[in-house]
Amino acid sequence: MTKRAPLSLLIFVVIYLVFLYAPVVLLPIFAFNDSAIIAFPLEGFTMRWFWALGEEESLFRALKNSLIIAVSASILSTCFGVLTARAIARHEFLGKRPIFGLIMAPLFLPEIIIGVSILIVLLQLGFSLSIWTVIAGHVLIITPFSVSILTTAFGNMDKSLEEASLDLGENRFGTFRRVILPLVAPGLISSLLIGFTISLDEFVIAFFLTGTDPTLPVYIWSMLRFPSKLPTVMALGFVLLVMSLVLLSLFEYFRRRSEKLTGGYGKTQHHVGQEGE
Amino acid sequence: MTASRKLLLKIKNSLPGWRLIGGPFLFGFLLLLTPLLLMILLSFWTQDYLTLDRTLTVNNYVEVFSHPVYFTLIKRSLNISLMVTISTVLLAFPIAYYISFYGGRRKAILLFLITIPFWTSYLLRIFLWKIILGYNGVINSGLMSLNIIDEPLSFILYNTNAVVLALAHAFAPFAILPIFVSLEKIDRSLLEAGRDLGDSAIRSFFRITLPLAMPGVVAASLIVFIPTIGDYVTPRLVGGTDGLMIANMIQVQFSKANNAPLGAALAIVSLSIVVFISLLFILFNRKYLRRQV
Amino acid sequence: MASPAPEKQTNPPSMVMLSGIRKSFTDVEVVKGVDLNIGVGEFFSLLGPSGCGKTTLLRMIAGFESANEGIIAINGENMNKVDANERPTNMVFQSYAIFPHLNVAQNVAYGLKKQGLSKEETKKRVDEMLQLVDLDGYQERPSYALSGGQRQRVALARALIMQPKVLLLDEPLSALDKKLREHMQQELRRLQRTLGITFILVTHDQEEALIMSDRIAVMFDGKIAQVGTPREIYERPVSQRVASFIGVMNFLKGDLIGKTEKGISIASDVFGKITLDANQMPSPLEPGAVTIGIRPEMMSVLYRDTDTADNRLNVKVTSVDYYGDMTFYSVAIPKSNDQVSVCMRNTVGRHVYQIDDEITIGWSNASMVILR
Repeated sequence: MTKRAPLSLLIFVVIYLVFLYAPVVLLPIFAFNDSAIIAFPLEGFTMRWFWALGEEESLFRALKNSLIIAVSASILSTCFGVLTARAIARHEFLGKRPIFGLIMAPLFLPEIIIGVSILIVLLQLGFSLSIWTVIAGHVLIITPFSVSILTTAFGNMDKSLEEASLDLGENRFGTFRRVILPLVAPGLISSLLIGFTISLDEFVIAFFLTGTDPTLPVYIWSMLRFPSKLPTVMALGFVLLVMSLVLLSLFEYFRRRSEKLTGGYGKTQHHVGQEGE
Repeated sequence: MTASRKLLLKIKNSLPGWRLIGGPFLFGFLLLLTPLLLMILLSFWTQDYLTLDRTLTVNNYVEVFSHPVYFTLIKRSLNISLMVTISTVLLAFPIAYYISFYGGRRKAILLFLITIPFWTSYLLRIFLWKIILGYNGVINSGLMSLNIIDEPLSFILYNTNAVVLALAHAFAPFAILPIFVSLEKIDRSLLEAGRDLGDSAIRSFFRITLPLAMPGVVAASLIVFIPTIGDYVTPRLVGGTDGLMIANMIQVQFSKANNAPLGAALAIVSLSIVVFISLLFILFNRKYLRRQV
Repeated sequence: MASPAPEKQTNPPSMVMLSGIRKSFTDVEVVKGVDLNIGVGEFFSLLGPSGCGKTTLLRMIAGFESANEGIIAINGENMNKVDANERPTNMVFQSYAIFPHLNVAQNVAYGLKKQGLSKEETKKRVDEMLQLVDLDGYQERPSYALSGGQRQRVALARALIMQPKVLLLDEPLSALDKKLREHMQQELRRLQRTLGITFILVTHDQEEALIMSDRIAVMFDGKIAQVGTPREIYERPVSQRVASFIGVMNFLKGDLIGKTEKGISIASDVFGKITLDANQMPSPLEPGAVTIGIRPEMMSVLYRDTDTADNRLNVKVTSVDYYGDMTFYSVAIPKSNDQVSVCMRNTVGRHVYQIDDEITIGWSNASMVILR
């Protein structure tokens, strides 16, 4: 059924893929390269940079900070996402559009603007920078993603399902537990995973809002100044890549499950409108 | 029903929705809206070393518009951003087109393949471009060993070219995905109808496919344009002195130069330019965006 | 096609009583004062076009919307303060609302959970119910593997297993194709007669209402236009609007001259002056211009000069629609050129006329209805 693509297009695609993968391919090359200098020619295979990772105290501290921040930020953003998605999908209220716009706005602003403006507020109010300030900044930029994912999950869910549950005798809490939660769960997990991933890799806002406890990207940034540390950084990058791929695959799996459960036949074919009928 | 009674009723009906969205809204209000407003306020103050003078003044804006340094930086950032946007979107379109029209059952896998490179740390990716483009980097050592050049190329790193290249790479998937979504929505029977009415493949592309894909192209352009102007990492790593952008200057004002109000003014000016251009762009493409297929 | 239900002669005791119900959404009034009395064991239909308020009314009975004014009583109890999950009603939703993450048996058993029955007892009841709706053996089937008709039956089983006093059905057959719909109309009727529960059905399909119901309430613009048995609604509609909503009706202009002990006098250019029975004027009207309604199947094409009819008319055929079992002729009345529809059953040997043929049609006095 699918036609064959014209040759010129195929060649373009191949070249483009080479372009896309160029830097990425170098990562494992230099992570396993037995040389202290990140340059060609290659010197041989080694795992020593990975063992060296284990020695880096500050790395583990930065990793710990990043994990705490990523977990907290993803959980908070997902909560905000649930509340927002539910409100948008099921309720009409004054100011719906501007409120929604405000919550989604961080998607459309350069990160530096967000980081700088929050920094100003914090300095003016005399708050010191810490893990919490970074968490706050991350929640701000991750929430729009959560809202996106969960709005789809809620939007696909037939409104009648909740009414059917009530009609059959369940109360509101029971309905939530037996109907809403199972159907939204895959969306929740997707949101948590994507929030976690975004937070872990986020640099600019963390850079502006971090105090004495750097996050992992901030740590990597500082290491980029030291040529001797570079191979270790490559090894770290490779580890992060593998971890990200695992998380991404999980995300995709749950996204498909979510679509399967709430999309398609969960959706009403006729819209029983509120007015009339 | 009187107007005020209608309003009261609307407010009463809004309460359930407000109760739900109150938390996230308040968060955005406190952490986005208020800081932005404060930043605007700050840009009208002045700072001398560590002391903040709260008298309102437009001096910062005067400085931004009079000193050539800032103007150059802003102009360069705009240039880079525009070049990145145009090149990224132009290159992304054929890829999105390929996946959508020729991908068949492997569409999901192809999309997955496109995104894998971007699950490495952004910092490291830019750094690796430095490796590729550097004096002893991959390109130079490769070209030299093949005897194509005698001396390493120096124009490929530490200038605006490198910044554009690295940013175009970083934002590639952000451009591909919206265009892909738009192309997917196009009803294939429309194209068949076009061919049936006499169009060649190329003509039906320009008359049907492209106009219907415009919402995706517009979205892709904005998604690339807006963050690129404010990028900090790429110019810092591969820009050298010639490739620095406005975000780097803003950061300097907030740290070494101890002139937060000036930094705020710079930020406001950049933000305004971004918003202005984005609105212009959306308005210009209004006729494509209105049609929902 | 099944014959319509036999008319219930006596008024059964009331199961659902609506008094003075009004409902508005923000500034739009959707239900404008409705009174209804639905009896125990009745198959009752709410019939009307889209937007007339019938689904809102149903949802108010179920408890998903509350009325702004008026009282809803079910089985003698005032439901105004009773939540949807406490009412003795159960609903079959238009989209069926089958829980996607549960299989058939789990869906059907959903409402029983709160009753704390044993596993065996639950299974027994689920199996019984699935047998009743002809889905025995489908217990383990996942929801996404069900066809539209099967999902509808699961929705039915799920609602009926709760043994409600009233079963509410919101356009349950509109998503099904024609053959399946006709089959399900029979099924629903059979179920209702077997179980003896009050059914309240909302539909915009007048054929459906006629086939299945004991009584129908025709609703327009938030108000009840007429309540009656299918025969009453069809043969004695109170207004032109009701008449044209149910089936096709021919309208002729005439004058109401007066009411006497013998009956009602009307006159028109078409048929002169005649006297009709009192029951041929369902709503009381004053002398003056009126509309006379005649169903197309009440008019006949007179093939031979010896064919008799109370009223005869020579007309010209303007179009012919052949439906297989019937032929519909559109004919033009001389002088006024008004169009009238005549429906004739096709039988062996019966001639089918062509456009521009001159024919004679006839009808009886008793087939006419005087309408607002």
